Amino acid sequence: MNLNATLIAQLVVFFILGWFTMKFVWPPIMKALDERATKIADGLTAADKAKSDLALAEKKVVEELRKARESAGDVRTSAEKQASKLIDEARAEASRIITQAREAAEAEAGVAAQRAKEALRDQVAHLAVAGAEKILRREINTQVHAELLANLKQELQ
Amino acid sequence: MAGNAPTASEYVVHHLTHLNNTGHAQANIVDWSVINLDSMFYSISIGLLTIFILWLAARKATSGVPGRFQGFVEMMVEMVADQAKGIIHSAESRKFVAPMALTVFVWIFLMNAMDLLPVDLLPRIWEGVYAAGGGDPAHAYMRVVATADLSAALGMSCGVLLLCIWYNIKIKGLTGWIHELFTAPFGSHPLLYPVNFLMQIIEFVAKTVSHGMRLFGNMYAGELVFILIALLGGTATMFGFVGHIVAGTVWAIFHILIITLQAFIFMMLTLVYIGQAHESH
Repeated sequence: MNLNATLIAQLVVFFILGWFTMKFVWPPIMKALDERATKIADGLTAADKAKSDLALAEKKVVEELRKARESAGDVRTSAEKQASKLIDEARAEASRIITQAREAAEAEAGVAAQRAKEALRDQVAHLAVAGAEKILRREINTQVHAELLANLKQELQ
Repeated sequence: MAGNAPTASEYVVHHLTHLNNTGHAQANIVDWSVINLDSMFYSISIGLLTIFILWLAARKATSGVPGRFQGFVEMMVEMVADQAKGIIHSAESRKFVAPMALTVFVWIFLMNAMDLLPVDLLPRIWEGVYAAGGGDPAHAYMRVVATADLSAALGMSCGVLLLCIWYNIKIKGLTGWIHELFTAPFGSHPLLYPVNFLMQIIEFVAKTVSHGMRLFGNMYAGELVFILIALLGGTATMFGFVGHIVAGTVWAIFHILIITLQAFIFMMLTLVYIGQAHESH
């Protein structure tokens, strides 16, 4: 328990060791610690961002799904509308064609009837003339009475 | 102990005598021509070990995932850095003071830990070496706990005192510091100058002496208890044998707390005293 020069020597050693630590130990370790802290902070930020991104994406997905469902509904509605329109059109067309056909048939039938009537009239006229000829064989000259016969035919019409 | 064994008192005195450059125990309380070779040897070797361990960790320090060793050293560094940040508010000063505190902590812890080696192990080996070299083993002194050397402990606390003076001058300027020496703590009045100055000097001396003495006292007392426990075993009776084992175990386990605590206290006071040097009254 004495004081001696050990005190001075220890004091010098104290400063040398402290200097060494300051120069070669402290800076690299502090640098590593700070860098790691930055890394961890960055990682945490990235994780937070990823989380919020995910939430955002999920929201978007829901939105898109809703939109898709809506547009699918629209498509179906318009398709149905289109289909019913087509059916209506087809129905109208069909009825138009039918009417047309009937009209044509009717017209044709009218013409045919007319023609038949005319032929009948001709024949009736001929028959009448022929009958009359038979009755009036002598009195009637075809050439002379052709005008008469034509008038008669005209009247029969 | 054999027939020509030393008495208990001789044994204790032998264990408490330093190996110095004179070859015999120091006669005067203060003698600046004497240097304790054992304290210097152990404190320098352990100091080199300290900075080697720290340097090993610093060399491989990466910002990636740390290994166990790196993690351990980083834990200590962060502990010291946090304490330094809380006590010393100048980042510029911390660049030196914080590494200093870390070194002091690890160094003193390891020097204290020498106390946990069997109390006779290294001295007995040294006696063998000394005797083999032709010396008288009775004069083969060896104390392995450098912090239980008052000179070594006060050497370190004087280092802290020098740092305090340095930072006082650096922060406040030489005139500012001298002004503070004469005007604080009681106030600026010519009549109070001597009182203030006396108080300041007492404060510096008390801080430094208590700083070194606290460490020295704890370690010296701890070492003495180990020596006494060894003496108990040296009685070579059943009581002594069991007592040695029980007391030695209990004291060694308790001493783990003391060596860590004393190293921590020394480090914290280093920071506190230097922190005070930054504050103006």
